[in-house]
Amino acid sequence: MAELTYRDAVARGIAQEMARDPDVIFIGEDVGKAGGVFKATVGLYEQFGPKRVRDTPISEQAILGAAMGAAMTGLKPIAEIMFSDFFAVCFDYIANEFPKSRYMSNGQLKCPLVVRTGNGAGSRFGAQHSQSIENWAMMIPGLKVVAPSTPRDVIGLLAAAVRDPDPVIFFEHKSLYPMKGEVPDGEIVDTLGTARIVRAGQDATILALALMVPRALAAADKLKTEHGIDCEVIDVRSLVPLDTQTILGSVGRTHRLFTVEENPRLCGWGAEIVSIVADEAFYDLDGPPVRITTPHVPLPAADILEDMILPTVDRIADTVRRSLSA
Amino acid sequence: MNQQPGATADPASRANLNDDIGEAMRLRMYRMQVELREAEQRAYDLFLQNLVKGTSHLSLGQEAVATGFAAAMRPRDLSFCTYRGHAHTLARGVPVEKVLGELMQRDNGLMRGKGGSMHLTSVDHGVMGSYAIIGAHLPIACGAALRAQYKGADDVSVCFFGDGTTNIGAFHEALNFAAVYKLPVIFVCENNLYMEYTPIGEVTAVKHPAADRAAAYGLERIIIDGNDADAVYRAARDAYARARAGDGPSLIECLTYRHSGHSRADPAKYRPEGELEKWKERDPIKIYRARLKQFGIGDDVMAKIDAEVKAMIDAATEACKKAPNPPADILTTDVYADGGWAWRN
Repeated sequence: MAELTYRDAVARGIAQEMARDPDVIFIGEDVGKAGGVFKATVGLYEQFGPKRVRDTPISEQAILGAAMGAAMTGLKPIAEIMFSDFFAVCFDYIANEFPKSRYMSNGQLKCPLVVRTGNGAGSRFGAQHSQSIENWAMMIPGLKVVAPSTPRDVIGLLAAAVRDPDPVIFFEHKSLYPMKGEVPDGEIVDTLGTARIVRAGQDATILALALMVPRALAAADKLKTEHGIDCEVIDVRSLVPLDTQTILGSVGRTHRLFTVEENPRLCGWGAEIVSIVADEAFYDLDGPPVRITTPHVPLPAADILEDMILPTVDRIADTVRRSLSA
Repeated sequence: MNQQPGATADPASRANLNDDIGEAMRLRMYRMQVELREAEQRAYDLFLQNLVKGTSHLSLGQEAVATGFAAAMRPRDLSFCTYRGHAHTLARGVPVEKVLGELMQRDNGLMRGKGGSMHLTSVDHGVMGSYAIIGAHLPIACGAALRAQYKGADDVSVCFFGDGTTNIGAFHEALNFAAVYKLPVIFVCENNLYMEYTPIGEVTAVKHPAADRAAAYGLERIIIDGNDADAVYRAARDAYARARAGDGPSLIECLTYRHSGHSRADPAKYRPEGELEKWKERDPIKIYRARLKQFGIGDDVMAKIDAEVKAMIDAATEACKKAPNPPADILTTDVYADGGWAWRN
């Protein structure tokens, strides 16, 4: 067991998979010699060399297209899109090519690849370098979508993503890169499509993803300490496949549901989960499901404004407390 | 190739028969062009009968490009096509019945109706998909080439695209990417003068939409007669040799012309008067018939090929007409690699 940052876990996860399988290659902008703009891939170029860790031009379509061509012919590429906001310039591959090639070809084509990307707010980068866009990927049949919240999950879910035969979009939260966590020694391989109950509780279920997980946990502690409200917190981890059983099971015990989403309000992932719970567990609920989200506005750059707009520990705790006492 | 001249020939007129292409290859390329022409003409006829559904983008008149490249390929080489990809798919040896079946959206189609005319794919024949988003397959072909380079394999990837593709970003990203890493990939622009309905010259800053961009990526400027299968074959052969030797990508602009409209809905009224007729004088099959005659191959040989191809396409058509519609149970197959579509537990 060692303490590792989320950032260093990325490099360790990639290294684990590259050492295991010579068909795993890694491409992206500044990922090699520079070690990544977030320093999350330091040492890989030195360990695996320029053939396997390739610095590319600023050509997001070429990066994702090449990853797809390599994947369909036998490699297991990991491609980095530096900021998830840049999905907008290469969305053809994410929306039209990766997820549809198998279906359209009636199973002839395969696309086993991973797209890693820096997602989320908190760095004061403004509206085009701060978005949480996991919902953009979640809505497309054929993709799998993962967003880890801890260093251990980064390694385990990245390994699972690389070994998965489908295209996986792997959202790393930029504000979590410096966060430390305990990580076991040796190989770590997790399972896609599994949520994790990170705090057991009886009074309400709070679902969260990525940066919102530590905030939901802090809010749950505050609710317990200050108000005696005992919340269950679930780290959703994987949006596709979605572990609805864990979520529905929790709602069946607590009878209340809250989602904490960094996405802007409309069509955030919580909306889909609330709809599932309304369909399938309506009579388990003692009150309306509540979504705690970023308002439906572009993200501002200024620290004071960005801090106000994202769901905070206080906003989560206040929302849950007021809803339960209503 | 080193065939002996056939018995019926006048030796004087067959002086060059054993040139760098040779009789067997020429007969193969003739048959292929006739097959592509007849199969697409049949697709058009079936469309008029409402038996080919959805859209279809014919490349009538452009058969020499598909033929010359396919003839220069090895079986393990990979093709990446566009929505105008019937000819490139057939040229790799995919049975006409499988293609017509897909166009007719029947269960005997290449993808059982799940892809349609614009997405013809036959991995067994090296046809790694037909891509309907302009430019998308150029980077994908680069990736297949990157894999070949990485694995030390000697296959080469080719992507075919129209003149209109040269104005989209993915074209430029792919060209640079391929040139930087010296990838074994061949970019083939079929310049048929029109991007959909608009003359390419009206919307492009240079005269030759592909070739005039080559210098920007350190590549040779190559323009060939895309209606002469021999010229295409020779250019293709050189590009494959270059790619296999590790000398990197080629960009080849093939001058050609589509006799049909952009898609089934297009009567092509934008053509200047006489343009189509002028190009039909340079019909690739007409050119090739003259070429074969020049090499002493008789009308009877060609007529026999024509009849064989027509009989094969008639049989394929009948098989497709009898084929059932795709069953509902394939609606949700092959969304994910486990064969199904489950997104939740």
